Amino acid sequence: MARKAITGNGAIALALKQVEPDVMAAYPITPQTEIAQNYAQFVANGDVVTEYIAVESEHSAMSAAIGSAAAGARTITATSSQGFALMWEMLFIAASLRLPITMPVITRALSGPINIHCDHSDSMGGRDCGWIQLYGEDAQEGYDNAIQAFRIAEHMDVRLPVMTMIDGFIISGAIGPVETLDDEQVKEFVGDYVAVNALLNVEKPVTVGAFDSLGGWYFEHKIAQNRAMENAMDVIEEVGREFGELFGREYAHFKTHEIEGADIVLVAIGSAAGNVKTMVDTLRGEGKKVGVLKVRTFRPFPTEQIREALSGAKVIGVMDRSDSFGAQGGPLFTEISSALYEAETQPQIYNFIYGLGGRDLFPDDIRGAVEMLEKAAAGETLAQQRHYLNVREG
Amino acid sequence: MAKPKEIANKPERLTGGHRLCAGCGAPINVRQVMSVCPGPAVVSVSTGCLEVSTTIYPYTAWKDSMIHSAFENAGATISGVETAYNSLKKQGKIKDDMYFVAFGGDGGTYDIGLQSLSGAVERGHNFVYVCYDNGAYMNTGFQRSSATPYGAWTTTSPVGKESAGKQQNRKDLTAILVAHDIPYAATASPHNFKDLMNKAEKAFATPGPAFINVISPCPRGWRTPGDQTIALAKEAVQSCYWPLYEVENGKYKINYKPKGAKKTPVADWLKKQGRFAHLFKPGNEAVLADIQDYIDRKWEELLKKEECL
Repeated sequence: MARKAITGNGAIALALKQVEPDVMAAYPITPQTEIAQNYAQFVANGDVVTEYIAVESEHSAMSAAIGSAAAGARTITATSSQGFALMWEMLFIAASLRLPITMPVITRALSGPINIHCDHSDSMGGRDCGWIQLYGEDAQEGYDNAIQAFRIAEHMDVRLPVMTMIDGFIISGAIGPVETLDDEQVKEFVGDYVAVNALLNVEKPVTVGAFDSLGGWYFEHKIAQNRAMENAMDVIEEVGREFGELFGREYAHFKTHEIEGADIVLVAIGSAAGNVKTMVDTLRGEGKKVGVLKVRTFRPFPTEQIREALSGAKVIGVMDRSDSFGAQGGPLFTEISSALYEAETQPQIYNFIYGLGGRDLFPDDIRGAVEMLEKAAAGETLAQQRHYLNVREG
Repeated sequence: MAKPKEIANKPERLTGGHRLCAGCGAPINVRQVMSVCPGPAVVSVSTGCLEVSTTIYPYTAWKDSMIHSAFENAGATISGVETAYNSLKKQGKIKDDMYFVAFGGDGGTYDIGLQSLSGAVERGHNFVYVCYDNGAYMNTGFQRSSATPYGAWTTTSPVGKESAGKQQNRKDLTAILVAHDIPYAATASPHNFKDLMNKAEKAFATPGPAFINVISPCPRGWRTPGDQTIALAKEAVQSCYWPLYEVENGKYKINYKPKGAKKTPVADWLKKQGRFAHLFKPGNEAVLADIQDYIDRKWEELLKKEECL
C-alpha cells in the first residue's frame, strides 16, 4: 500500500491498470479524457496486457465493449456527459445481455447549453438503464469503487454491468491523497475472470442478442434482470465488507454522520457529501441537531435500509445535483420520498437542487438550507418543496 | 477455390427453418459467404430482416457464434469481438484460429451504421463486412435508404402527383470503403456464386478489414416474384446497374464486362419490378433516361478506374 497525491482520474486509471482487464474501448470526452489517455499510455508502455480500442464514438465504445464482453473478455470503458448520452441505447443492451462491463463515469452536465462542468444529469439520466450505480465522494472512493465494481459485476448471482461515479473536475481533476493498494492485492481481490456463454468458445457456439417477438420471453428476461439487481444488494455489501477487512476501508450502501438524535438530516450524493459533512460538524458545534446521510449505491436503491436510517428525523433535506423536469423533485429526492412513504412516522421532506453546470455549493448555501429546514422542524410548512441553492435572482 | 461440389457437401452454417421470406436474397448470400469461411467464426449482424428472422428466441439458425446488439453498430461490435480474441489469444487463453464476419443490410450499412463501419475499417480490425444490399429498409416495410435507386417507389419515397419515386441517386458505398484504403473491397451477386465465393475466400484471407457489397433482391420490397431473385440479380449485373468488381490494395479489377448487346438496357430490368411500375406510365420517360444515363456514367467511370488504378 502507498499514499499518493493523485487526481481522481489518475486514481481510477491506476485502479483499472492494477486490475488489468483484457480489453478497453474508449473515446475522449471532458472530463473523463485523462482516464482514456492514461490507459492508452499504460498500453503503449507495455505495462498491461489489455488491448485498447480507440473507437470513433461512445456509441461504438459501448458497442465494442459489448462485443468484447460477449466474446469472453474482461472489458472496460469510461465516459462523461454527452458520451454517456450517446451510449445510452447500448447501456440497456449491455445490461440485458448480462455483461459484467465496468465503467467509471466522470459526471458532467448534459447539453444544452453546452457546459463541461460537474453535475449528475448524465448518470442520473441513465439510472434506469439496468446498470448498478455506485457514487463516490472523493478520489479514494473513486479508486476503491472502481476495483470493487469488478467483483460485483462478475458475481454469478449478479452478472450486471457496473458504473462508478466521481464528480467531474471537482474530484476528477483535483489532486488529493489516495491510499493505493499493491498490484498483487488488487489482482488477488478481483480474481480471475470467468466468462459465461462466450462467443469465442468454439466448442459451444452461442447466439447472443436473439430476437424476442410477441409471444416471446422479453417480459421474463426483464424480471430476471431485476432479480439480479436485487441480488446485487447483498453482493455490494459483501464485497464492501471484505474490502474493509482486507484494506481497512469498509463500504456499505450509504454512510451516515451525526445522524443519531438528529432532527434534521441532509441526504447527499457525490462530492457535496463532504461539504455537507463539514457544515454538519460546524452546526453541531452550534448545538444544532443536524446529521447527514451519504448515498453510495443508487442502483439498486437500498430503500429499506435508508428508510430505517432516516426514521428518527423530523425533517429531511435531499440534495440533488440534477433536476428532473416536471417531476416532483430531483432523482435522489423522489427516491428518498418514495422510500419514506412506508415509514411509520413520516418526516417532512424538502429538495435542494444545487450545482447544476458546475455552480459552486458554498458553506452558506448549506447553512441556508438547514435554516429553512429548522423552520420546518419547528412546525412551519415551507411554501415550496423544491429549492434551488446559489442561483441568481429573477 | 474449392470445387462447388465440395462446398455444397459441407455442413450448412446457416440452417434451414429460419423465417426469411421465400426468394429472399439475404440467406443465399450468407450461405455462399459462410461456405468458404476457413474456420470457426463469430458473426455480428445488425438489426434487420436477417437478424430477426434467424434468431427467434429460443431458436437460432446460426451454427457459428452470432451476436446482434443494435442496428448501427455491427462494425463496432465485431471490432470488440475481434479485439477480445486478440487479447485472449496473446495471453494463451484461446488456441483456435477464428474468423470474424459482420452482415448488415443497406440501411444498417450505407446509413445508420456507416460511422461504425468506417471506424472499424480505419482501425484495421481483421474482419469481413458483408453488406446485403436490397435497396431499402425492407424490415420496417420498404422505406428509402441511401442505397435506394433513383426513381424507385418506397413508402417514404412514394409516387404521387409531385413525385416519381426516389429523387436521388444511390450512395456509392463501395467507393467510400475504397477511400478508406481498405485492403480488399468487392461487389458481388448471388447469381455468380463462383465469383461471390471467390471474393469471400479472398476477404477471409485478407489480413485486416475486407468489404463485400452484395446485391440482394427482395421480392416483397421490389414487388417481384420469389422465383425471380437469381434472374433479377443476374440482370442487374448485365445491365451494369450492379457491376461486379474488386479492389485489392487500391487496384481495380472488373470481373464481368458485358459488351455490345450483352449490356442490357436498364429499363428491361426495371420493368420486371413493381417498385418501378410508375416509370413506365406516360410522362416519366425522362426519369428512365436519367437512370440509364447515370448507370452509363458510373460504368464508364469504373472502366477508367480499372485502367488508371
